[in-house]
Amino acid sequence: MSLFQALYLVAAALFILALKWMSAPATARRGVFAGEVGMLLAVVGTLMRHEVVNYQWIVAGLLVGAAIGVPLAILMPMTHVPQRTAISQACGALASALIGTAEYYRLHPSGFIMSALAVEILLGFLTFTASLMAFGKLNEILPSRPITYKGQNYVNLVLFVIAVGIAVALVLHPEQAGLFPVFVALALTFGVLLIIPIGGADMPTVIALLNSYAGLSASAMGFALDNKLLIIAGALDGSSGLILSIIMCRAMNRSFTNVLFGAFGQLQTAAASGEVRPVRSASAEEAASILEDARSVVVIPGYGMAVAQAQHKIRELHDILVKKGVEVRFAIHPVAGRMPGHMNVLLAEADVPYDKLIEMEDINADMGMTDVALIVGANDIVNPAAQNDPTSPIAGMPILDAYKARTVMIIKRGMSAGFAGIDNELYYMPNTLMLFGDAKSFVAGLVKEIGAGGHG
Amino acid sequence: MNYEFGLYVFMLAAFLGFELIRRVSPLLHTPLMSLTNAIASISVVGAILISGEDHASLLSRILGFIAVVAATTNLVSGYLITDRMLKMFKKREPAKK
Repeated sequence: MSLFQALYLVAAALFILALKWMSAPATARRGVFAGEVGMLLAVVGTLMRHEVVNYQWIVAGLLVGAAIGVPLAILMPMTHVPQRTAISQACGALASALIGTAEYYRLHPSGFIMSALAVEILLGFLTFTASLMAFGKLNEILPSRPITYKGQNYVNLVLFVIAVGIAVALVLHPEQAGLFPVFVALALTFGVLLIIPIGGADMPTVIALLNSYAGLSASAMGFALDNKLLIIAGALDGSSGLILSIIMCRAMNRSFTNVLFGAFGQLQTAAASGEVRPVRSASAEEAASILEDARSVVVIPGYGMAVAQAQHKIRELHDILVKKGVEVRFAIHPVAGRMPGHMNVLLAEADVPYDKLIEMEDINADMGMTDVALIVGANDIVNPAAQNDPTSPIAGMPILDAYKARTVMIIKRGMSAGFAGIDNELYYMPNTLMLFGDAKSFVAGLVKEIGAGGHG
Repeated sequence: MNYEFGLYVFMLAAFLGFELIRRVSPLLHTPLMSLTNAIASISVVGAILISGEDHASLLSRILGFIAVVAATTNLVSGYLITDRMLKMFKKREPAKK
């Protein structure tokens, strides 16, 4: 075993430790450090290999990459974490697709190596364009609404079958090099088509799934280059993305097969009845006095909190209520936001202690004993229709049982429907108060009222 | 080459990945994704091998260079932002008033 192989072995072990340490907040940073050291060893080991003789391009590439990567990580605001993940994923996938392409033209391989390259290139290019599309949608450069047309899944399926057919042809008849660019074009197109029907609320699942594809592409590269480190690191990433997307699916009551090839068009034919039903609304002053008198408050954040950048004001509200002896906790739905764990990161950024962030199963048990459920920018994840109305598009989706709280307060800009385009029964319940306004300024108003009001 | 061996390695690593990730608290799902995303930039190894070859064609050079840049971007930003996020997770109220 040569030195670089020994370094690869240690690097693989460090990646495994990195994921192991990631399991708890107390050890998570150590996990990142292990991952960094692992990656450093892998790079150093590779640079030492005798095949590598030409350093100028490598060093230039590393420097340029670092020059892009550092500001991307440091300057990106935390609300943009989903976008950053998407763009970073696009970079990783592009790298592995291009390496596959270079290997193809270098070796003109057949048989097993060509099969591995085909998987690498297909997943690499499709993840590249899909991640760019996801980035566009998350950043609202592209419309974030799902775009569907008749026969969409059929078109996608046909494209995918053709791509696989060409891959098989290339494996069996490697001399048909003319097919290769067609294969690449199909993979790129397929990635775009995959994301077109995806709407904002499905993003957590899709980002996790693309993460998995990028990992599998790196793993396939490991097979093509006969490199066990790549196989292991790629497989770890592949299974991680897959299990996260399964968790997201369960949290939305979607079947897993539905997800595997991203085939979830929005089924909704929104039952947007035109009738206007009466709701009770309240001013910041009224809401503040109810909050002050409460013994326990559960805050339920959603994507709207991220959009309004309300997390810091919510922390102030938390602080001032805690000072008055109110118990304040946060209920986190698994798919709240645009990527898995999005709300946790935002609230942690605002210095909310993480032991106040409670998972759905645990907080639902306490919801009946809660005085106030304060919903900030969330909609479908608290919609009782998921439990009561079997015909609802979100029927069966696990929700936060906000309706069980003594008083439900919903901060909302207006009466528009949520992502799924369906009305929310919760708004019309007798114990519900609608607080109309921008989340950030409304919460700021609450903080001011409570601060000024003494013991209401 | 022994591909069968590679497939066994893949299978074991995938199962290990499942078991490890299942244990991760949902609290940390975002940093977890960013970390695994950064680990997937291990493709930088392949990129270096392609770029560093002695008699590479122009095509290989160009593709290799772009791949090194892209993989390094993913790597550097992935690790940095994961750490930046994790630094924010605190258990108790910080005692600043």
